[in-house]
Amino acid sequence: MALALQTFATVKDANAALKLAGTRYLGGGTLVVRAANEGDVSVSGLVRSTDPALSAIEVRGGKVRVGASVTMAEIARHPELGALAKAARAVGGPAIRNMATVGGNLFAPAPYGDFAVALLALDATFGTDDGETPIETFLAGRDDGRAIVTSVSFTKAGSFRFLKVSRVKPKGVSVLSIAIVLEQAGGGTVSSARIALGCMADRPMRAKAAEKALLGRTLDPDGIAPALAAAGDGTSPITDPIASAWYRAEVLPVHLGRLLLS
Amino acid sequence: MAKVPVQFTLNGSEKAEFIDSGTTLLNALRDKIGDTSPKGGCHQGTCGACSVIIDGELRLSCLTLAETCNGAMITTTSGLAEGGVLHPLQRAFLDTFATQCGFCTPGMIMAAKVLLDHTPNPSREDVVEALSGNICRCTGYEPIIQAVLAAARANSQNAA
Repeated sequence: MALALQTFATVKDANAALKLAGTRYLGGGTLVVRAANEGDVSVSGLVRSTDPALSAIEVRGGKVRVGASVTMAEIARHPELGALAKAARAVGGPAIRNMATVGGNLFAPAPYGDFAVALLALDATFGTDDGETPIETFLAGRDDGRAIVTSVSFTKAGSFRFLKVSRVKPKGVSVLSIAIVLEQAGGGTVSSARIALGCMADRPMRAKAAEKALLGRTLDPDGIAPALAAAGDGTSPITDPIASAWYRAEVLPVHLGRLLLS
Repeated sequence: MAKVPVQFTLNGSEKAEFIDSGTTLLNALRDKIGDTSPKGGCHQGTCGACSVIIDGELRLSCLTLAETCNGAMITTTSGLAEGGVLHPLQRAFLDTFATQCGFCTPGMIMAAKVLLDHTPNPSREDVVEALSGNICRCTGYEPIIQAVLAAARANSQNAA
């Protein structure tokens, strides 16, 4: 069944229209049109905004601000976002990457949402008309929020690492995904670590026990062993046709170890 | 359901229609305009059978609302042949037997066309990547990959 679409020039007006029950925001369409095609009767109307700010990418110094309507393909080809290109290319095939947006990826349920895993490791913040929200707060309440995400902001990290594990190459649904941002002291020991996991819960999550276990350790097999042992703490992996929760829990330390040693 | 006007250029011809708001581009093309070359497969963005080119980018018409395409340049497989002469990709798919049931073929060809438009001499890996969003259940993919590489070779020979 076709759903009436309302288009607004400003996010403010779109936000007002979104207050109507059953109304969903239309970004790239890879989530909400898919849901409508699947027969999701909770969707009764669609709203979008054509505000140009939603499609802008600003890189100033090490700070990055990405409009929520920026697509994965735009991220992947941006000359100053090379470190994030791998995470952007992990999302779907070429056509999906031309449509899927940064804002939409935040709402993608597992096993999707690989780019949001990268943003979680980067400690991104999310902008709405009401202000900025840290990513962990945002992800925790994403099912209840009604405000349109307008932008994503983060600081570029030279030590960013990303891995998507899938059975089908080059494009396949995630078994799991991992993003890491590390800082190392002079002796090579880890002074800070942010590790984000995809598919290890219903939404991207931090591996906080593993992060803690890495502090003061070197990135060699002995040094990372405690982190690998703690990698599964607090996880609740999904089971889907791609992999069972048991399988995901078993292979997480293997892939985390490979990424840490890479 | 409210009717909304939609205007775009389809395979070089101006189209202006009134459609139900929220209609997908796939449905508008097939049911309203009569271009049945994009196929409705999964309607979930997974199979790629409905792929079309919108303003130079590969897009999935099943997940694109027609009214968001106002003013766009849209190309479908049915617009590739000129004057009764098949496009080199279409010819290559025929010559290398890269089609069996044919359902995925239009989407495969559109994905390949975007690749060759940007990368005239692709590697095998480039082709595999470009076709990674398109599912075929018949050919095992190898003849399709060979067809795209053959079309690229034919293009480069013609350009030489």
